[in-house]
Amino acid sequence: MTISTGSPSPTQIAPPEDKSGAKSELSFASKFVARVGAQNLSLIVALIVLAAAIGSQNANFFSLPNMQVIGEGVAILGVLAVGQTVIMLLGGLDISVGSQAGLASVVSAMVFTSSGSAIFGMAVAIVVGAVAGLVNALIIVYGRVNAVIATLATFAAYRGVVNLVSNGSAQGYTGGDDVFTFLSLGKVAGIPVLILVFLVIAALVYTMLTFTDIGRNIYAIGGNKVAARLSGLRINKYVIGAYMLMGVIAAIAGILLTARTGSGQPTSGSQGLELQVITAVALGGCALQGGKGSIIGTVLAVILLGVLTNGLQILGVNSFWQDIAQGTMLVIAVVIQQRRRGTRAVGLPD
Amino acid sequence: MNSTQHRDAEQPEQNSHGDASPVLQMRGITKSFGPIRALSGVDLDVRAGEVLAVMGENGAGKSTILKILSGEHAPSSGSINLEGEDRTFSSPFEAKAAGIRVIYQEPEILDDVSVAENVFIGSIPRHARFVSRHEVIAETQAVIDRLGFSSAISPTTLGSNLSPAQRQLVEILRALKDDSVAVIAFDEPTSSLSEHEVEALFAFIARLRASGTAVIYVSHRMKEIAEIADRVAVLRDGQSVFASLMSDTDESEMVRNMVGRDVFGAFDRDHTEAGEVVLEVKELTTADVSNISFHVRAGEVVAFSGLVGAGRTELAKALAGDAEILSGTISIAGEVKKLRSPIDAVRAGIGLAPEERKTEALVMTRSIKENISLVVLNSLTRARFVRRGLESGLVADYMKRLRVRAGSMDQEVKTLSGGNQQKVVVARWLARKPKVLILDEPTRGVDVGAKADIYRIIGELAAEGIAVVVISNELIEVIGLADRILVMRGGEIVGEVARADATEQNVLTLAISDSLDLPTNSGNVALEGTS
Repeated sequence: MTISTGSPSPTQIAPPEDKSGAKSELSFASKFVARVGAQNLSLIVALIVLAAAIGSQNANFFSLPNMQVIGEGVAILGVLAVGQTVIMLLGGLDISVGSQAGLASVVSAMVFTSSGSAIFGMAVAIVVGAVAGLVNALIIVYGRVNAVIATLATFAAYRGVVNLVSNGSAQGYTGGDDVFTFLSLGKVAGIPVLILVFLVIAALVYTMLTFTDIGRNIYAIGGNKVAARLSGLRINKYVIGAYMLMGVIAAIAGILLTARTGSGQPTSGSQGLELQVITAVALGGCALQGGKGSIIGTVLAVILLGVLTNGLQILGVNSFWQDIAQGTMLVIAVVIQQRRRGTRAVGLPD
Repeated sequence: MNSTQHRDAEQPEQNSHGDASPVLQMRGITKSFGPIRALSGVDLDVRAGEVLAVMGENGAGKSTILKILSGEHAPSSGSINLEGEDRTFSSPFEAKAAGIRVIYQEPEILDDVSVAENVFIGSIPRHARFVSRHEVIAETQAVIDRLGFSSAISPTTLGSNLSPAQRQLVEILRALKDDSVAVIAFDEPTSSLSEHEVEALFAFIARLRASGTAVIYVSHRMKEIAEIADRVAVLRDGQSVFASLMSDTDESEMVRNMVGRDVFGAFDRDHTEAGEVVLEVKELTTADVSNISFHVRAGEVVAFSGLVGAGRTELAKALAGDAEILSGTISIAGEVKKLRSPIDAVRAGIGLAPEERKTEALVMTRSIKENISLVVLNSLTRARFVRRGLESGLVADYMKRLRVRAGSMDQEVKTLSGGNQQKVVVARWLARKPKVLILDEPTRGVDVGAKADIYRIIGELAAEGIAVVVISNELIEVIGLADRILVMRGGEIVGEVARADATEQNVLTLAISDSLDLPTNSGNVALEGTS
């Protein structure tokens, strides 16, 4: 070893026993990685590689209209993934998001049809979403039912409710309404409203998680719920709040679905979304155990999934392969996470 | 290194004379866990047909030596000689095959299956893959009869219906179901047994002894040891410090050898005049502690001493609002507080730095800053937005004051050493300006330098008028820090020692002595004779 003695910075005046002090002297590269996060960085790299691969096969991929297609394609998924991120940060899970979205879609269209007011239809849908979320939370918190089981049950039950009220078929016609049309086709400053709604919700939740005490406490509860309890945090309030927020966000996704398709959709467009949503959040770096993850990671993962889906489409790959790709992605994302945690491979994982 | 072993040829019955050479010789056993040395050069001999009592303070290394014997831990150095052959056990399975059994304090019992299946767990007799329920029960009954427990347990009882004594019995049946046992060790077997169950256990141990098995008996209870042991070995700070025939020693000599640890840190602090009573606990009873009454004045450090399991941590949890209070009151500055949850305790001005730092206090994946500001965060916000400048200033102040050594306040707490992590937990509560601060094992897993820091901090907090409660297993720490020492045993306070009178010997005697035994303490054996 012939490294000169000058390697520690001369400004470093920490005592020699201060081992951690050495970490303040980081190279630019490692500072950059620390700032962006290894998870986000690998997502960006994956995104670039994927885009380059698809673009090299079909130059149309990079065209503005195709970008817009990708954006509009992921907007509903993205909105749901942002809500799911909050749930998963707390250490929970919501499998019923697709059913909630379907319920809100039908409710918004039916109420609009009977009342003639799009805004009223949307408001009722949002209230229904909040109630659906509240029911999830009450089952989990006071019924002491594991979140996966609870929302698996409501996943089926809410789907049943939608099919009951809609008779299993599309409801109403919203294509002629200005507000719904604005949501589906409008643009603000050249950006489609659909994408804008996704970005605004992501920005709001990001702000909540990063800059407010609510967000901080969500990370603390997900990171160590005993410590959070002993610190006097009202954990139940946060869990209930998060599931209700998820319900409201799912309702917004349902409204966007109604706007896009021009009618209330009980199943089409929302069925199977839960898998994509959970894949996106896990891929974005959210720990299934809670306490770890970010909205930026989730948004990047949503874009990555959108690009993948779009790529497979424009390259003419059989759509069944997309399901396989989706499932594979979820498994890979979680395997990577667990590897990083360094858990031993014995019995069932926790 | 010897190569092949043939355990089947080695029947314990061969060693039936007490004065034969030792069946088990452990020599120079050293074990380090990272930087912490749990054992340094422990020697232990057990002969066939004798009961060796192993004694020592909390943390003296008793459990570690048992775990090395049972193959659960590999020793860092040293040798184990069993029946004349040097052995190394790389797994509990190997130790078991060699004829070593360790009966732990809290056996693992499956609640939903029968005693028989619990006994034969992992080795249920089967034909192809089919298990005969009859056969398992019959074989278990045979083991029960052979060991003389026919009246105490039935092979068909479900695990969840077993009493603590029966659970221990299941563990014994498991250990002795195949008969090639050379050495059997009991780790504080009587802690959950009633008096006549203890007698039954002792009768059983006497039979083991008579059959020529070497028995190691780990316990704190003087009277039991006087009754059952032939020889005694004392561990202190991971070293063998004393060994003697029981007939050649007495209680005070044993206790004297258990105490007397080296004093390293300085405990000097100004013991200022204590102020008003801040914390007053009256006849507090929870599921784990009963009839607890004490008070702590402003500026006072009150330490709780006692053995592991005496109920100190459970008391701390109750004071932090994390246990259901069945009766009794807790008052802060003269005002009775109803503590239904930790929220109430935090509001009342009680802070707890729990024993399990990593699992109960710290959010390991978050930064030092977020961990320190956790309980005061809502006072640092404007319209729910955290005022980052205010927060950073506050965190920096406390990090400086408590000398938290870290690159930056944004570093994840999991990257910190144990001592610095503990300082983060203390800083969290100081930021809240508590009236009462409870520190449960504040120096556990903390290096010597940081220990001295924590002692200094405790002194400063008291000087500022905080009522400080310290729970510690280290006698020297308790004596050095406290103005008063309360000793707990079996969920109750059994004595108080003032600073001036405190010696390791009298505190430890209170913690382990059976002479002051209370009616609820179930392990009392009616045997007089030791002082």
